[in-house]
Amino acid sequence: MTEEILRVENLNKYYGDWQALHDINLTLHKGEVLTLLGPSGSGKSTLIRCLNGLETFSSGAIYFKGKKIDGSSKTWQALRQKIGMVFQSYDLFPNLTVIENIMLAPVKVQKRSEKEVRAEAISLLKRVELDEYVDIYPRELSGGQKQRIAIVRALALHPEIMLFDEVTASLDPEMVRGVLQIMADLAKKDHMTMIIVTHEMNFARQIADQVLFLEDGKILENTSGKEFFAHPQTDRARDFLTSMDF
Amino acid sequence: MEHSAINVFFAGNNFARILQGLWTSVWIAALSLLIGLVLGTLLGILRTLPNKTIRFILRAYLEFFRIVPTIVLLYLVYYILPRSLHINWPASWMAVLAFSLWVSAEFSDIVRGAIESVPVTQKESGQALGLSASQLFRYVLLPQAMQLELPATINLATRVIKTTSLLMLISIMDVIAIGQQIIEANNQQYPSAVFWIYGLIFILYFAIDYPLSLWAKRLAAKQKR
Amino acid sequence: MSWQIITQSLPIFLKAFELTLWLSCVGIVCSILVGIITSLVQYFKVPILGRVLTVYVELARNTPLLIQLFFLYYAFPVIGLKMSAQVCGIIGLVFLGGAYMAEGFTGGFAGVSPSQIDDGKALGMNDLQLARYVVFPQGFALSMPALAANIIFLIKETSIFSVIAIPELTNTALDLIGMYYRSNEYLLVLVIAYAIILVPVILLLNFVERKVRYGTFGN
Ligand SMILES: Nc1ncnc2c1ncn2[C@@H]1O[C@H](COP(=O)(O)OP(=O)(O)OP(=O)(O)O)[C@@H](O)[C@H]1O
Ligand SMILES: [Mg+2]
Repeated sequence: MTEEILRVENLNKYYGDWQALHDINLTLHKGEVLTLLGPSGSGKSTLIRCLNGLETFSSGAIYFKGKKIDGSSKTWQALRQKIGMVFQSYDLFPNLTVIENIMLAPVKVQKRSEKEVRAEAISLLKRVELDEYVDIYPRELSGGQKQRIAIVRALALHPEIMLFDEVTASLDPEMVRGVLQIMADLAKKDHMTMIIVTHEMNFARQIADQVLFLEDGKILENTSGKEFFAHPQTDRARDFLTSMDF
Repeated sequence: MEHSAINVFFAGNNFARILQGLWTSVWIAALSLLIGLVLGTLLGILRTLPNKTIRFILRAYLEFFRIVPTIVLLYLVYYILPRSLHINWPASWMAVLAFSLWVSAEFSDIVRGAIESVPVTQKESGQALGLSASQLFRYVLLPQAMQLELPATINLATRVIKTTSLLMLISIMDVIAIGQQIIEANNQQYPSAVFWIYGLIFILYFAIDYPLSLWAKRLAAKQKR
Repeated sequence: MSWQIITQSLPIFLKAFELTLWLSCVGIVCSILVGIITSLVQYFKVPILGRVLTVYVELARNTPLLIQLFFLYYAFPVIGLKMSAQVCGIIGLVFLGGAYMAEGFTGGFAGVSPSQIDDGKALGMNDLQLARYVVFPQGFALSMPALAANIIFLIKETSIFSVIAIPELTNTALDLIGMYYRSNEYLLVLVIAYAIILVPVILLLNFVERKVRYGTFGN
């Protein structure tokens, strides 16, 4: 087995009296792709946001490369450079150009040299076929282009794991494929460790090594991707797949 | 500074007089607001109608009040009514007139903004139900707009209350004018009376305006969510 | 209405006009400075000072400038602080304006969308970097409408300086009316003088507001 990147133990999360996550356990190894599936409101976003400290959790523990995260904001802030995240709302910083968006964190947070970062940013942009938009402001880009750049912006920090929360959900259908293609590419070519929340079932089936099926904040299934799509164990999961026209 | 100067508050009927002055300020503010809000609502509705001439005139009306300081408005009424129009009203009525017009102008803009920010779909679904234009205003647009505009309206009220501090300038016996009288009457005995009296008036204004602004802020925060 | 009265008064009004402009400029610039500092202290929740400034903002915003000026001009000498009318005027205006500006900037910072802040955090920024690269640039742009409204408001508030006998526009007009009893003429000049200051200011601020908005948010 390869190196363990992320492990979650007995994680519980409350919003006031309401329990959003129940006793979540998961383990993710280097190069693995985990997809989080489940109906709307099942807690997928809440869980993935807990994994890079954007939400605090009530009890349980998260381990990054075997080391328990102490939950202080300082620890999280340092860790987030190793945990890239892309959101559904593809908002780049509107006051910065494409290249400035990408370079901001590597230069200001990681204090890397501008020259090196710029060269890398441009090669990443080439990879997503957007290198002609270097000095353009986000307002001139389509949703799909912005989302591709948001992925590049996260990659430029050299993360060891990438989190994607429904990154194609707000995109026009014709934009979706380009973004999914990049994620598939990352998995295959870069062997990037990833956690993906998505409603694109075909994509999930192709890419998932592991599937977590959530409902009402509880894990109902935790199996391999193949197993989940071929033989869902619970009625809820079967219903869910049917409702997704699958 | 002698602390005995606090006694100024309680000497004679000073405290009662200050409260009476405060009442003058309060009723002028309240009446002006009432008239101004009613008139402003009408003007605001008119400003959402397609007629270009009406909209232009009302826009000019608003801009006039945006440019002229309230103190100047007060003097305009105070001098022009009796001297050029030969209308001899008591000063407090003149203040109500000036303030009402000012409030109506500001409020017309609030109302217009609020009506225009009610989503188009609301208007369309009202029309689809066969509501007439006036029914649409009465049952759909105004109620929704009213909620949206409440914080801004409360803030306008706090400004009107603060502006009543200008009433003394056109010789209305408001709380400040009475304060000045008390200060002058007690200057010999308590030279520091000025400190206490103006301090008290400062606190009185704060005590009225602060809860209102807090309320407006809370409402606005709630609406954002 | 007599043209002669008007033209004769113009030199006096010109002086007053300059004074109003000067007092407005000083007042606005200082208010913006006080407002920025206050809003930064509040944003970073500096202990004690943050609380003190919150009290200041509420006191200044919820009391009339006229009383603030009377206090400075008539009451402060009692405790041994005597200042000229103009100094009192500026201090009063900045006391008031600083609070309004602070409120405007704070509102702007609070208006930065949570998803932008999530973006910044997800890129590993610490609180200071988040403030510097995400919250402030966008927050200042968002506070532009409030800033513009406050600038216009403060220019108009200088008219209240007339109550402590600073010879700005309103005070000058009232003096002239008192002396020559020609209210229509002097009031007309007064209103026009304010229009000459405020119309260009309003237009300019509208323009700048749109530019900043587009430059920052692209709409
Ligand atoms: N800040 C919050 N305060 C209170 N409840 C919240 C908060 N955020 C989320 N919730 C609740 O937690 C539950 C899980 O929400 P979450 O956004 O994680 O669902 P999701 O699976 O991502 O749904 P979707 O597919 O719609 O994005 C929901 O019932 C939601 O109402
Ligand atoms: Mg979600």
